[in-house]
Amino acid sequence: MSAWAKHKVFETKSMVLLIGTLIVVSIGGLVEIMPLYFLGSTIEKVEGIRPYSPLELVGRNIYIREGCYNCHSQMIRSLRDEVERYGPYSLAAESMYDHPFQWGSKRTGPDLARVGGKYSDEWHVAHMIDPRDIVPGSIMPGYPFLMKTPAWSSDIADDMRANRMAGVPYTDAMIAAASADLQAQGDPDSDGAEAVAQRYPKAVVRDFDGDPELVSEMDALIAYLQMLGTLVDFSVYDAAGDNLR
Amino acid sequence: MNIEQVRTDRAALGELFALPAVALVIAIGVAEIVATRDAVMTFHAGLLVLAAGAAGLWLLLRRMGGRAGEHEAGYNHAVVRAGVIASMFWGVAGFLVGDVIAWQLAYPVLNFDLPWTNFGRMRPLHTSAVIFAFGGNVLIATSFFAVQRTCRTRLAGHMAPWFVFWGYQLFIVLAATGYLLGVTQSKEYAEPEWYIDLWLTVVWVVYLLVFLGTLFKRKEPHIYVANWFFLAFIVTVAMLHIINNAAIPVSWTGTKSYILWSGVQDAMTQWWYGHNAVGFFLTAGFLGIMYYFVPKRVERPVYSYRLSIVHFWALIFTYIWAGPHHLFYTALPDWAQTLGMTFSIILWMPSWGGMINGLMTLSGAWDKLRTDPVIRMLVVSVAFYGMSTFEGPLMSIKAVNSLSHYTDWTIGHVHSGALGWVGFVSFGALYCLTPWLWQRKRLYSLRLVEWHFWISTLGILLYITAMWVSGILQGLMWRAYNSLGFLEYSFIETVEAMHPFYIIRALGGTLFVFGSLIMAYNLWRTTRGDEADETIMHPEVASASALAKLPAE
Repeated sequence: MSAWAKHKVFETKSMVLLIGTLIVVSIGGLVEIMPLYFLGSTIEKVEGIRPYSPLELVGRNIYIREGCYNCHSQMIRSLRDEVERYGPYSLAAESMYDHPFQWGSKRTGPDLARVGGKYSDEWHVAHMIDPRDIVPGSIMPGYPFLMKTPAWSSDIADDMRANRMAGVPYTDAMIAAASADLQAQGDPDSDGAEAVAQRYPKAVVRDFDGDPELVSEMDALIAYLQMLGTLVDFSVYDAAGDNLR
Repeated sequence: MNIEQVRTDRAALGELFALPAVALVIAIGVAEIVATRDAVMTFHAGLLVLAAGAAGLWLLLRRMGGRAGEHEAGYNHAVVRAGVIASMFWGVAGFLVGDVIAWQLAYPVLNFDLPWTNFGRMRPLHTSAVIFAFGGNVLIATSFFAVQRTCRTRLAGHMAPWFVFWGYQLFIVLAATGYLLGVTQSKEYAEPEWYIDLWLTVVWVVYLLVFLGTLFKRKEPHIYVANWFFLAFIVTVAMLHIINNAAIPVSWTGTKSYILWSGVQDAMTQWWYGHNAVGFFLTAGFLGIMYYFVPKRVERPVYSYRLSIVHFWALIFTYIWAGPHHLFYTALPDWAQTLGMTFSIILWMPSWGGMINGLMTLSGAWDKLRTDPVIRMLVVSVAFYGMSTFEGPLMSIKAVNSLSHYTDWTIGHVHSGALGWVGFVSFGALYCLTPWLWQRKRLYSLRLVEWHFWISTLGILLYITAMWVSGILQGLMWRAYNSLGFLEYSFIETVEAMHPFYIIRALGGTLFVFGSLIMAYNLWRTTRGDEADETIMHPEVASASALAKLPAE
């Protein structure tokens, strides 16, 4: 019997065809995905990585909601021109608490992996309201409506609990103080401002959008943008040294 | 009791059991509306209740009218007809949204600075509309048609095929309205939120059962090759969908969820899904269409049966590995990148094997390219398939990818596959199906098919050439250094350089939309039974009618 004749079983038995197909299409995924969870070298240990503060998490959800990832990547590749343009190439650890990841696939606009601290809050507010006011050649849409909407509509603590179930190390204290921290991060004069910076090291506590009356979606989004890529101190980070597991 | 009676009784019983299921869905919907504080959830639960209510009303009316269990004998063509209409509708809508966002990139004022009209929310609307609404409906319709014919039996299930059809339309409406209202997971081509994903899972499992059930009761000893591809498409998409979308909802009454995976693992899972949405949704499924409609239309057998066996197994095995080519030079471990590149290049071979099998099916019938524009459409689609499956492996070479990634070259590559291959093979299938399903002698007008073909081809060429130039240009500008060793261009200079190409691309898109409108008109006239007076285009018809007229004159 030739090999071709043996194939007949797949052509005459639908369940054999179904199971055969399932086995064949499973192999590639098993080999490429499963080890990423078990190999320690997948995510090198890096100092400084922490979960998002409540206000940053709200900002990140706005970033997702508005589809920013369609035009902005958050993944600096290990290529000379990218490192010179955007900063040190992105480390796996820097997105380890990102559910889901925001690496993106297209740069209609520039990479944002290290946009934190690059521009002032005022720059961001004006740019978000009308991008061409700041950058005449820009083709980005304007987001003036972010100024008017409050920064949360549901309880952000619930979001943090869901993140914790997915593996993000939010402590009970962080979750208990979620709403207070959210308000305090947008109001530097408040009592809770110091606690935010303590719970979330390097968190920027400012009235981001310049409107003290309301912690708006604009505050949240800018709080998120201003922390992107700032957690790892690259003046002491050494890929070959202590950070290598 | 004869077999027909048994079938009717069984179907009537099935309709009876469907009522509690409808009631359950309505109860879930009402509970959501009462409990939720999320406006979009209220709206979506309302849509669910309305849809389930309509289905329940239909079932009740049939019972009261004594028509429960009533069904047509023979093939189930009604659900395929519905699929053809839905395909055409979503096709035009999806192409149109694509063209709108293309103009937005050329003239950003068209974003209107409103939440619901900005590019970030409209782009997933476009990709989902063309891939899942247009492509998905084409696949459901053609697979339902081909599986019945090649198994010589009626589609399995009495209400199940209709549930698949309407359930899928509900999925599309939920997903599309969700995007515009800001409900998205942000995973490309998997943007719908958790509850919409769950609904799609239910619909998809029923789809698989209908397809498998039809294979089970086939009257042909042999499962035809097109059905292998359709089956692989259905089961693999189920696997990809479930794993990639695994998420933890913030609350059962809210729209928001967080994906279970994170960072580098999520990136790998996403592009394992994303590339195989291409490999199984947009390739394996549409190869099923090629293997059924090309031989049927040219009235020749598939070129090589053995080649189709090799093609099938090699293609489905290799495709799954190709995902990491979306993640070169990123934080994904090097070993995974290397595997991705290796298999992406190997993938060139099975892809071209399939292309050769499709093209060579025309052996001995190449003259039909001249006389039948529908065949020309099918053949050109296979040619585009060959072109983009060469371009894909090329772009998967790390050195090439370092230039092409993040640029419009990727967009152009996707569209030569999507417009040229998926679009044209779908158009060819719809042009075949419409006269068959509505029992018309021929299409309303082959001349309009010619117009559609040339206008769309011109549109595609404008699109992909513009994106080649803009993509390579921008990639080179990003890495250009001046004589002092500094980066030559600021980012915004590279954006400004794209402007003319964005206009050319949008014009190409406009032509493609225009072509699809011609097609919609042509198919609509065909369903009405109209025939344009074009004797030259239909030589065999011309001679027959000339002969018939002779004695009277």
